[in-house]
Amino acid sequence: MIAFTLNGRHVETDAAPFAPLSDTLRERLGLTGTKVGCEAGDCGACTVLLDGAQVCACLVPTAQAEGARITTIEAEDPLVEQLRAAFLAHGAAQCGICTPGMIMAARDLLTRDPTPCAPAVEEAISGVLCRCTGYRKIVDAVLDAVPHATPMPSAGGAVGAAVARLDGAPKVAGTDRFGADAAPPDALWLRVVRSPHASARFTLGDLEAARRGLGLQAILTHRDVPGINAFGIMPNLKDQPVLAEGLVRFRGEAVLALVGERAAVEAVRDGDLPIAWEPLPALHGVEAALAKGAPQLHAHAPGNVLVRGRLTSGDADAAQSAAQAEGAFETAFVEHAYIEPEAGYAEPTQGGMTIVACTQAPYMDREETARVLGVAEEAVRIVPTACGGGFGGKLDVSIQPLLAVAARAVNRPVRVVYSRTESMASTTKRHPAILRARMAADAEGRFTAYALDADFNTGAYASWGPTVANRVPVHASGPYRVPNVRNRTRAVYTNDTPAGAFRGFGVPQAAIATEALVDDLAEQLGLDRWEIRRRNAIGHGDVTPSGQVLHASAGLPECLDALKPVWDAMLSRVAAHNTSATRHRLGAGIACMWYGCGNTSMSNPSRMRVVLGRDGTLTLFNGAVDIGQGSTTVIAQICADALGLPLSAFRFVLGDTALTHDAGKTSASRQTFVSGRAALEAGRDLRRKILALANAGEDATLALSGATLHVADRAGGGRSIDLAALASDLEGDGRYDPPTTALDEEGQGIPYATYGFAAQCALVRVDTVLGTVKVEEIVAAQDVGRAVNPTLVIGQIHGGIAQGLGLALMEEFIPGRTENLHDYLIPTAGDVPPIRVHLIEDPEPEGPFGAKGVGEPALVPTAPAILGAIRHATGVRVTRVPVLPHRLWEALHVRQG
Amino acid sequence: MIAYHRPRKLEEALAIRAAQDVAVIAGGTDVYPAAAGRRAWGDPTHKDVLDITSIPGLDRIEETASGWRIGCLVTWSALGRAALPPLFDGLKAAAREVGGVQVQNRGTIVGNLITASPAGDGIPNLLALEAQVDIAGPRPRQVPLREFLTGYRATALEPTEILVALHVPRLDGARSGFVKLGARRYLVISIAMAAGVVAADATGRIAEARLAVGACSAVAQRLPALEAALRGVAIREAAEVVQADHLAALSPIDDIRASAAYRRGAALTLLRDLLRGLA
Repeated sequence: MIAFTLNGRHVETDAAPFAPLSDTLRERLGLTGTKVGCEAGDCGACTVLLDGAQVCACLVPTAQAEGARITTIEAEDPLVEQLRAAFLAHGAAQCGICTPGMIMAARDLLTRDPTPCAPAVEEAISGVLCRCTGYRKIVDAVLDAVPHATPMPSAGGAVGAAVARLDGAPKVAGTDRFGADAAPPDALWLRVVRSPHASARFTLGDLEAARRGLGLQAILTHRDVPGINAFGIMPNLKDQPVLAEGLVRFRGEAVLALVGERAAVEAVRDGDLPIAWEPLPALHGVEAALAKGAPQLHAHAPGNVLVRGRLTSGDADAAQSAAQAEGAFETAFVEHAYIEPEAGYAEPTQGGMTIVACTQAPYMDREETARVLGVAEEAVRIVPTACGGGFGGKLDVSIQPLLAVAARAVNRPVRVVYSRTESMASTTKRHPAILRARMAADAEGRFTAYALDADFNTGAYASWGPTVANRVPVHASGPYRVPNVRNRTRAVYTNDTPAGAFRGFGVPQAAIATEALVDDLAEQLGLDRWEIRRRNAIGHGDVTPSGQVLHASAGLPECLDALKPVWDAMLSRVAAHNTSATRHRLGAGIACMWYGCGNTSMSNPSRMRVVLGRDGTLTLFNGAVDIGQGSTTVIAQICADALGLPLSAFRFVLGDTALTHDAGKTSASRQTFVSGRAALEAGRDLRRKILALANAGEDATLALSGATLHVADRAGGGRSIDLAALASDLEGDGRYDPPTTALDEEGQGIPYATYGFAAQCALVRVDTVLGTVKVEEIVAAQDVGRAVNPTLVIGQIHGGIAQGLGLALMEEFIPGRTENLHDYLIPTAGDVPPIRVHLIEDPEPEGPFGAKGVGEPALVPTAPAILGAIRHATGVRVTRVPVLPHRLWEALHVRQG
Repeated sequence: MIAYHRPRKLEEALAIRAAQDVAVIAGGTDVYPAAAGRRAWGDPTHKDVLDITSIPGLDRIEETASGWRIGCLVTWSALGRAALPPLFDGLKAAAREVGGVQVQNRGTIVGNLITASPAGDGIPNLLALEAQVDIAGPRPRQVPLREFLTGYRATALEPTEILVALHVPRLDGARSGFVKLGARRYLVISIAMAAGVVAADATGRIAEARLAVGACSAVAQRLPALEAALRGVAIREAAEVVQADHLAALSPIDDIRASAAYRRGAALTLLRDLLRGLA
């Protein structure tokens, strides 16, 4: 037995002495507040205090806890309590998966230094990675010794209030349940055996003998899939097998599923399994896949082209121009790097299956799982756990079909927890892109034409490749008036990791090309880079390249105007600095973006239900999955004001396919806009019913006390409704599907009901000798329609900027090479600079209280703004991201000749 | 089942080492990541483990007649907090750059040596400090660090031995520094790094310079030609002495973090920056 003091109490455990302390805390002692993100000391999610000092519990042998004091997020401790309150008040917890580790790291600091400065905070939390917040709000929270939360608003005052996220308390307490945090006690464990080859055939030997020899309950192959052994995002394109059938198309593809007791499953060496591999030549990158004579990876995709996208307006070739710019650009695979690897469990039910797992898209998971099981969709229930970051990567199913097949085969609950490497090697990425673009302007700097040819590496399976190929042509020319546009895209199959959805669906890649060309044109015409953007900024009444008139909520001109003083100040600062600086040069960059909210030209409805019970409870049945962005809070704020009861009166039933309506997936920046609007309709519907019941006018006010609802009209009259005396609960129902039209062959139509707009300025410091780039400041202006919750909106913008910074400077997933979080780099607390945000509110009439989507847009302009700043500092026009130091150094080297 | 030995005496630990092939663990900051990496691609096997953290007396930094003795359980954080002369400033700087704070609180300087990664942040510093390693085993021995490090992730430590301490010789009036280059601010594996110890005479001229570059060859390297060229040079002018020729012995590689050509150029810059910092 190993004995130690855990949060002030004596504990003893019979855990294996070499078992990591993180595992002992979670699986033996039941304290799941300590999260596991990498098992390698790279992410810090498992940070606990060992005799007062922060350590990664995944690196501590349980034996070494003997006699020690271990403190975890579950501790009752005044400093921890203060940090919890501060994290809530500052919006420092988004998804919450890094929060326990962050709080413990901060606790370590505050014990040693009760009044730290910001750099000390950054250093103290530098070993904990956060993918949601961009760190600045975390630093603010740690610095704030006496946090003051925004009070809960009264009835009618919810929209616009910076209230702390309603689901935040369990996140800062460490009690939120993520995918790996709970499972039935009798659950067996699943481990997936994956291909070490990018392309290979394989044959399987005597699996039954192997199963017996290894003490497993089952070794599953594709033959054990009861329904159809295929899944995929597109309705007509289910091209990825749950378990491969004799052929694998990427390194990391699932081949076998091992099911058994945890120890037995974890002890299996892949080398002891009867798999005979015959490696085949692999197609890495789109050039190889498009080469003449390249093997065809899928029967349905001649030439390995999965899909083509297209948009034509005017004549991009014939347009007259005074200035022309063109270029070729290249971007890398980008990993979502959510700190929570995929995890969850499946539990067989009578004739069906319940899946409890982290996800962004419960209803799509249900559809996919049902097909794989060969059962009706209604037989499958998806219960989302808290989601420790998604960013698009948890839109596709990953563990769900495997768990369902396994649980069906053994007729017992089965759980799985992906390792960091397994998550990175097997789940989707941002599409690498090769972009060739040209752009033209007249002598006044007005854009006349834009053309793009872009190839996106969609990897071995389709996933969201078609979405990227279709979204990019609409957006590629940027948020500008361009009369002549010709865009062509292809999504190309390769033997690389499947690429899918990632915050922006290809638009960030295209923006890197387009914004560089805008800078080229400004340079050629001698125009200021802000000026050329302002002259061309699309606004009210303008027509987009798809022929859509922007009737409302098009606030890019206002965004740019808000940034003008910032831009001028940055330029002055750069000029003053660079006159005397030779090695460390400053540079300023600016970029714009637009982003259509919701699916491209496809129905994507959401339905919400709000119930005022006869017992006086007010419950919002909200099927939208909050992956940290705050939809649970925002949708409730909208519903509260639509109904006219205070936000504090609400209870929630969230995202369970058996209990809530389909709110669609959490993607495409659609939840605030689409589900928010549905919540508005639901709130209004309930309000109408109440007013009818009370025979009250539109302007009546509502108040709830116990099971009595008071309805007062302006004149001072009113009545009380005894809810308990009603025949049934009162229900409000709301549905919304944004109005769009199909795009024709030339990409003309109304692909989105509304668009978000933003501009950002970046200031960078470049060490021109070493080629390193430090981002000094980012200033963002974003038209959000209406900031339903300014804290959460700003949180989304910060987080998007941090990911954009990573895209620009450090992130490059290389299959087989950067499958962990020490070789794959995401920004740390020391890499994200101070961020200032100007919120522009040009209301969207379709949106709830004028709101529209904010999640993805903030990421889009960051990388091009940083690249523009690097160019300003050095003269190097960057055409490949990430701009790793050696790449910039090589470019500088070439220039110096 | 992985056997886990946690003896309280060095003799017991050596007996276990002598009797079987075990993985020695102290802070665990290299052992666990390596195991996780193997496990991820289907190899969950692990050697039996010898945990040396219960052996008393190995976690001390002691001043001796000829210098300092750093026990094999001294962590980066403990070193960072210790009262040590400016000779150790470089190693202390490295102590704040290794991993995150969690790793600094657990990882040991000796563990960094034994892992012998080309990018081990401690190694160039300890080469510049002319550290010796104290090895316990059937034939206790003291070995200069440059002989101890034999190649890419390889050392002269025999399977029957335990490295119990480092010895850093005194160098009066010396100062040291360390510069590390990575693609992000914290928690980063070095692209290249430079460490140096410089002792100047009363007139500010360099009496002795010891410089080493890491992550630019299989084993971090001292730069004897540069060191010779610096002797007698005013420390203020030292940075100007460094030339590309001085780095001829390095053999950097292209990898995911940087190109070989970049590393060579960066090493030159880092050395100049280092010497400027010491001026």
